[in-house]
Amino acid sequence: MTTTEIPAAARTGKPSTPPKRPGKRQREGAAWVFLSPWVLGAAVLTLLPMAVSLYLSFTDYDLFNPPQWVGLRNYTQMFTEDPRYWRSVVATLTYVVIAVPLQLGLALVVALALKSMRRGKGFYRSAFYAPSLLGASMSIALVWRAIFNDGGTVDNLLGTGGWVNKPGWALFTVALLTVWQFGAPMVIFLAGLQQIPTELYEAAAVDGASRWRQFLSITVPMLSPVIFFNLVLQTIQAFQVFTPAFAVSAGKGGPADSTLFYTLYLYDRGFVASHMGYASAMAWTLLLVIGAVTAVLFRTSRSWVFYASEGDR
Amino acid sequence: MTTSTVAVRKPVAWRRVALHLGCLAALLVMLYPLAWLLATSLKPADEVIASLDLLPGSLEWSNYTTALDGVNDVSVWQLLGNSLFIAGGAVVGNVLSCSLAAYAFARLRFRFRGPLFAFMIATIMLPHHAVLIPQYIIFNQLGMVNTYWPLILPKFLATEAFFVFLIVQFMRGLPRELEEAARIDGCGPFRSFFLVILPLTRPALITTAIFTFIWTWNDFFTQLIYLFSPEKFTLTLALRSFVDASSQSAFGPMFAMSVIALLPIVLFFLAFQRFLVEGMANSGIKG
Repeated sequence: MTTTEIPAAARTGKPSTPPKRPGKRQREGAAWVFLSPWVLGAAVLTLLPMAVSLYLSFTDYDLFNPPQWVGLRNYTQMFTEDPRYWRSVVATLTYVVIAVPLQLGLALVVALALKSMRRGKGFYRSAFYAPSLLGASMSIALVWRAIFNDGGTVDNLLGTGGWVNKPGWALFTVALLTVWQFGAPMVIFLAGLQQIPTELYEAAAVDGASRWRQFLSITVPMLSPVIFFNLVLQTIQAFQVFTPAFAVSAGKGGPADSTLFYTLYLYDRGFVASHMGYASAMAWTLLLVIGAVTAVLFRTSRSWVFYASEGDR
Repeated sequence: MTTSTVAVRKPVAWRRVALHLGCLAALLVMLYPLAWLLATSLKPADEVIASLDLLPGSLEWSNYTTALDGVNDVSVWQLLGNSLFIAGGAVVGNVLSCSLAAYAFARLRFRFRGPLFAFMIATIMLPHHAVLIPQYIIFNQLGMVNTYWPLILPKFLATEAFFVFLIVQFMRGLPRELEEAARIDGCGPFRSFFLVILPLTRPALITTAIFTFIWTWNDFFTQLIYLFSPEKFTLTLALRSFVDASSQSAFGPMFAMSVIALLPIVLFFLAFQRFLVEGMANSGIKG
């Protein structure tokens, strides 16, 4: 213990001046050295591309010939002349509205069930979480297509004739794949639930509050920051879903464009049809929509997200 | 107090049994696709679709030997190596660059720290597609399309802000006295970062490494746009070749290859599940 009191200068052999605090400028310089990879990445791979993508969205660009300025034409074409664009918007919004609430609801129910468990909690937590890691893979997307296909397990059990081939149902199979991955938000819910002080429940029980009452008056408000975090994160991710739709529809977004998710159509326009300008316009519109949705979520959060522990850090 | 617990014990025990039964039933349904995948990878071609049985009538190991031959004359070993190379590079890049940036945000003072931190957080929400096309153009101009650079280089530049945030959250929990002691001992910011802070941040770094590995391994979109020579394909991309051609004779080998592609994730999961689950839990809560 006392050995640490030997000044470092003695060990390094430098003249033993009293240890001096590094100057403010020197410390600031060190910070920028630590930050330099991030700054470079943020500038060259984030900010610059965002600006370029905004510029390209006003051009015709096929990657080989120089971009041709076309003003708002990509946008007007998107909004007024391209029925596939709107089908991709409808597919994506439908998917987000179906998948996210189902996934979060299931995550919350399972987290509540596990919370009170004494034995096996760790096991269930890991087991329910596993699909969240595997589900994003092409392997599982292919399994999904086979199970929900004509002649697959679901068809055999329910006589559906294969949801993957039915315009009204194909999107639902992709949504189910997302719901299946409820483990990630569930783990976050569970961690949040465990931070709620048990005294609150004990006091409420003494006052004769029912379980449902306790859930509404204690669990929901105390958990609201975590619910909000999960809601924002899962919504943003859902807008960008790609792999399962690609696998289920063989990259085409079918049947009848019902799984032509926004990102799939963006890929198709940009990298298959070489309309980089059009794809950029789509990308910027997506950015604005996600920004707007996030802003709305933040705005509404003021009325239902409750931050209790502000002073306790 | 004891009397009241005794009085309510019976219904609670019942509830507990019901809870376990419910959870096990849910797990059975959830794990079905995985069991189906494993079973189908061992089924002979004529059983794949026709039979409802999960267990194959006879084990068809040839699916795996066919799968090992690979796709487009590229063996599975090569595909596996490519996948491992990309995921390994991404892991090294992310752990290094994200921990450097996180240390600055968590512990050092510099001008514009507040706005830059806010910007960093905002990029977590930034859809990848907003930067995708210009990034592609940049890498195209640099002659890096159809190489692994576009898949690995960005990770060395801390572009995955989620991990910076994760490590920042962890570092904020470490006592400040550690660095003060190190400074009194004559450590500058670099030595105290490498010798004091980094070793203590190990759990967050392991979490970052594992998530980076799994996410990069599973990533399909980026590999799809940047790689087009079959010999450079990853396992994920090779599976794509099966997407278009879904003839039933290829079903067995396709799912055998799917199993091979999932194996590293499963192994990672089994080995590091504690870090994975807790890393995920900590990502949003503390702070």
